Amino acid sequence: MAALLSVEEITLRFGGIVALDGVSFEVEAGHIAGLIGPNGAGKTTAFNVITRLYAPDQGRLEFDGRSLLETPAHRIAEHGIARTFQNVNLFTSMSVLENVLVGGHRLGRGTGEKEARAMLEYVGLGVRAGDLAASLPYGLQKRVEIARALAAKPRLLLLDEPAGGLNHEGVEELGDFILRLRDDHELTVLLVEHHMGLVMRISDHVNVLGSGRKIAGGTPADVRANPDVIEAYLGSEAGP
Amino acid sequence: MRREPLRALALFAALAAVVFVLPAFVNDFRAQQFAYVGIYLVALTGLNILTGYAGQISLGHGAFMAIGGYTASILMIDHGVRDIATIPLAIIVTGIAGVLFGLPAARLSGLYLALATFAIAVAAPATIKRFEGFTGGGTGVNLFGIPELTASDAPLQLFGFELDFNNWIYYLSWTIAIAGYVLAWLILRGRTGRAFRAVRDSEIAAVSSGISLTRTKVLAFGISAAYAGAAGALFAVATAFVNPDTFPVTLSIFLLVGIVVSGIGSLQGLVAGAVFIVFMPLWAQTVSKSPGAPFVVYGGVLIVLVLVLPGGVAGLIASARRLTRRRQDFPKP
Repeated sequence: MAALLSVEEITLRFGGIVALDGVSFEVEAGHIAGLIGPNGAGKTTAFNVITRLYAPDQGRLEFDGRSLLETPAHRIAEHGIARTFQNVNLFTSMSVLENVLVGGHRLGRGTGEKEARAMLEYVGLGVRAGDLAASLPYGLQKRVEIARALAAKPRLLLLDEPAGGLNHEGVEELGDFILRLRDDHELTVLLVEHHMGLVMRISDHVNVLGSGRKIAGGTPADVRANPDVIEAYLGSEAGP
Repeated sequence: MRREPLRALALFAALAAVVFVLPAFVNDFRAQQFAYVGIYLVALTGLNILTGYAGQISLGHGAFMAIGGYTASILMIDHGVRDIATIPLAIIVTGIAGVLFGLPAARLSGLYLALATFAIAVAAPATIKRFEGFTGGGTGVNLFGIPELTASDAPLQLFGFELDFNNWIYYLSWTIAIAGYVLAWLILRGRTGRAFRAVRDSEIAAVSSGISLTRTKVLAFGISAAYAGAAGALFAVATAFVNPDTFPVTLSIFLLVGIVVSGIGSLQGLVAGAVFIVFMPLWAQTVSKSPGAPFVVYGGVLIVLVLVLPGGVAGLIASARRLTRRRQDFPKP
């Protein structure tokens, strides 16, 4: 299978700090790909590079065989890439439904309420459609973000710590939900998550970042057995 | 749920009817003051689209009003264009000016945007004076009694009614104000309005949803300036005179005060904001005539208002509605 997303030798510096140092990885179409690493490893930075919020200093970025480096951030959705945010980034003055409607912005004037409501039903928030997005509990706000991302009809979905704020059962459910999402919407998923159990259970492939470098990549079993990965996590609270 | 839009429509129609019959019950002087309420309503609608909905502060809307006012005046005095015809032209010219200003301004935010917009308000009067041959300089443009000004020397006959100048200005202003209000509602309720609010709420999430920040902000500047242009043109027609002091820096500040009193990001309180701009300074003068006192009264009332009604009049309306709705939610005993 061909790679849908390929990140090649990406380097990004913020002043003197090297946030990403020659990072390369690929995400195959139809896969759920985990992206893990200790805090500050550069996971969210990688998301921001892929969605063009940050311009890398070096490297190539290709989606479906085409370079994204000339694409402005607001056209990323048009290419079929949608994302959620680590610290929920909802439109706080809008209702849940309106948030999802904005998600469908790229599809033009024709897409309306019906699809957005269907999407809310799908994520289990149908009854909250009229509520102010900011009034929902944190876990549900994360789900609104997923519905908003799905409303853009993406091919690649970037999920940034979707398990944040969930309890054990919630995480289990989320895992099943992401698998179902991938199948129902024919998605490819790139998943940043600290919850190792979740990443290892649902990922087809896992890449590990540490201090801005890629330190390992492979199947969940490979990664778990990799001594570099174990070392990177030593002393940090979340072990693989 | 479905009954709500109907009720809003009925309320709107009732208010429009009040606007229509009001001149019959007030004297000429009051009609003129209410005409200015209509004119400020146009400007406030535009400013609220930019600042309230798209989240881009403007301390320079008086300058856009000046562009509209001078466009209308110069077209009338130098080119013999009739007052009514100058208004759409003023809207176009000011809209373009808004877009041109918006292109660089879209890169600015917060305090920097506030200062950049303030700069155009400060520069406008001096710029007008500098181009004397074109603008009439410090003396301004006197439109009084010229044939291009409708109803200025003889009452206007319209649908069998006889309208003197003040009543004519009243109906002209309010027709444009109501049309502009409905247009704003139409723009804001759909995809464009959501894009404005998305940019205001979270630029990063808006971009990731496929919204271009530059395009959205420039569009907001253009639309908003076009409204200011209409208001400026009406202002020139209503006063039959413009000079650099017609559009001082304080005008821009008063407009901002107007949307704060109305409620930022809502169309519902705008009439109250326009009433505040026109009548508050007059009322402040009736309280005390000692030097400087009216300003203190004005400032004091403003402070009390923002403390008591942080969401402006629109916020008050929203809370009142929430209260009545909650009451309906309880089962009747």
